[in-house]
Amino acid sequence: MTTAEASRPAAAVTATPRRPRLRRTITGSILPRIVLILASLLFITPFYWMFITALKSTAESVTFPPTLIPQAWAWQNFIDAVNFIPFGLYALNSLTITVGATIGAILSNTLIAYGFSRIQWPGRNKLFYLCVATIFLPYPVVLVALFDIFSKLPSFGFQGGQSWVNTFLPLIVPAFFGNPFYIFLMRQFMMGIPRELSDAARVDGASELQTFWRVILPLTKPAVTVIAILAAVAAWNEFLLPLLYLQENEKYPLAVGLAFFTSEHDVAFNLLMAAATLIVLPVIVIFFLAQRFFIEGITVGGVKG
Amino acid sequence: MTAAATSAERRPSRFNLGTIERRNLRWGLLFISPWLIGFVIFGIFPIVYTFYLSLTRYSGLRDPIFVGTANYERMLADPLFWKAAYNTLYYTLLAVPIGVVVAMLLAIAMNQKVKEVTVYRAIFYLPSILPVFAISFVFIVLLNPGYGLVNWLLTAVGLPSPNWLGDPAYTMIALVMIAQLGAGQWALVFLAGLRGIPTELYESAEIDGAGAFRKFKSITLPLMTPVILYDIIIGLSFGLQVFTSAFILTGGGSRGAAGPDNSLLTFVYYVYKQAFQFGAMGYAATLSVVLFIASVLLAGAVFRWARGWVFYGSEDA
Repeated sequence: MTTAEASRPAAAVTATPRRPRLRRTITGSILPRIVLILASLLFITPFYWMFITALKSTAESVTFPPTLIPQAWAWQNFIDAVNFIPFGLYALNSLTITVGATIGAILSNTLIAYGFSRIQWPGRNKLFYLCVATIFLPYPVVLVALFDIFSKLPSFGFQGGQSWVNTFLPLIVPAFFGNPFYIFLMRQFMMGIPRELSDAARVDGASELQTFWRVILPLTKPAVTVIAILAAVAAWNEFLLPLLYLQENEKYPLAVGLAFFTSEHDVAFNLLMAAATLIVLPVIVIFFLAQRFFIEGITVGGVKG
Repeated sequence: MTAAATSAERRPSRFNLGTIERRNLRWGLLFISPWLIGFVIFGIFPIVYTFYLSLTRYSGLRDPIFVGTANYERMLADPLFWKAAYNTLYYTLLAVPIGVVVAMLLAIAMNQKVKEVTVYRAIFYLPSILPVFAISFVFIVLLNPGYGLVNWLLTAVGLPSPNWLGDPAYTMIALVMIAQLGAGQWALVFLAGLRGIPTELYESAEIDGAGAFRKFKSITLPLMTPVILYDIIIGLSFGLQVFTSAFILTGGGSRGAAGPDNSLLTFVYYVYKQAFQFGAMGYAATLSVVLFIASVLLAGAVFRWARGWVFYGSEDA
């Protein structure tokens, strides 16, 4: 949001050809376009295929050569997929986990980033570098140990579990303890807010919590949106953790539910693709509604300090 | 981090903190406490606990029994451990360089005079945020040897049509293909990097008569090395963790082997199988320790190697 945005105007200057020659046009815009269009085709094809397979009849989905456009558009497949697979139940579970993890991500990362950016205290930067370094730690390393720890934590009957295993808790609660990537992102943003605002609030007698809540947080809405979107998509897409922690069909989110359902039942390709389309659709919709926030998240994340 | 430096106050010695510093330290620690607590509970403690479990026999039900280095000895004699390590390294060494090249190519192409760049940006980026498990299901359909699109296209141009998910020589290639759908995200990171390169550099190079290739080699590539290093480090970490796509392509692994000839048995997949299908938590912890050490060593090796080619610019920049 800060660095990447600022460097963009420089790019506009690049596009001033001094001597327009044929060779320049070829290497300048035709060749890149060919590369981009071919690559676009490659990137789109899997999703086009998913979508049209979802619309084929069962017989047509297993013909060779495959048809590039469905002969008859079987919209009924989407209804069948939802009824065949316990789709509504899985979707509700996915949604619950996603909402919980997103709330956790917003609360924790704003607070943590405030402490890493708006207050000056000894050792702050060293701890921050330690925090960022943990981005590189592969989390499967602690899978076994964490599972064992969660299996010993009491859930006090939440979701009928004796421990945290087979509840949503291991999928939601860790989000309330921050994520180094989101902390980094939010800190970058908060560093850009003028210091004087906090000083003025302090002179007026506001405590740190009041300054955080009334002055800084309202100014970080764009960054909060970025984090909310990234956290929600990550929770919706997560596969490994729900696979480990949830053990009952009624508790599965879409990811795990679909995987187990297909390994236990014979699901025709068209229904499988219809289910996949329905799972992917919310993410696509969110992307088109909030494209600019995704792009900001990725470019800020890419520009290292 | 220049922003941090400018806002930083002159720091007093830590032994005579004034009242304001002490107050700030208290508040600062309070605000970051969720991360600090999480780091201990979900980071440090499980890592230490993993090391301990790796020295035990443990099913998760009864108390762990200390067995010394028995798990490590078992691991060295376990052909599946070597298979999983080989598969994961093979995948990482294939997926990471291809990913860097694809992302760089797309970024350079997007950085040219193309007006519809926002369209490409959306097309390349979108697949990288879609769930890997869903994409893997799509690839099962795409790569089907009987009626899949890929083999139909290959046959149409006279190429052999492999049994992608049934022939151990090709399964890994399917996995690498799925990974490339995430390359668009990196293309955008690279594009941001490309746009940060001062245009004057290219202009003065042109005056000196440098061609396109020369400009790429002497300006673009050196200035992009920090971003490339970042991609390699993250790619390495993700490559060593690959699990979901292999799990879906092999139908959940409940049917015994992970793909033909265990060719899709990745390291995390094997940890999963040992811990959660065979109930060998101690042995799975041993494998986790090896993954941890391998990740740290490989990242360290890449950073060392990078000292020879990463260009950080002048110190006073």
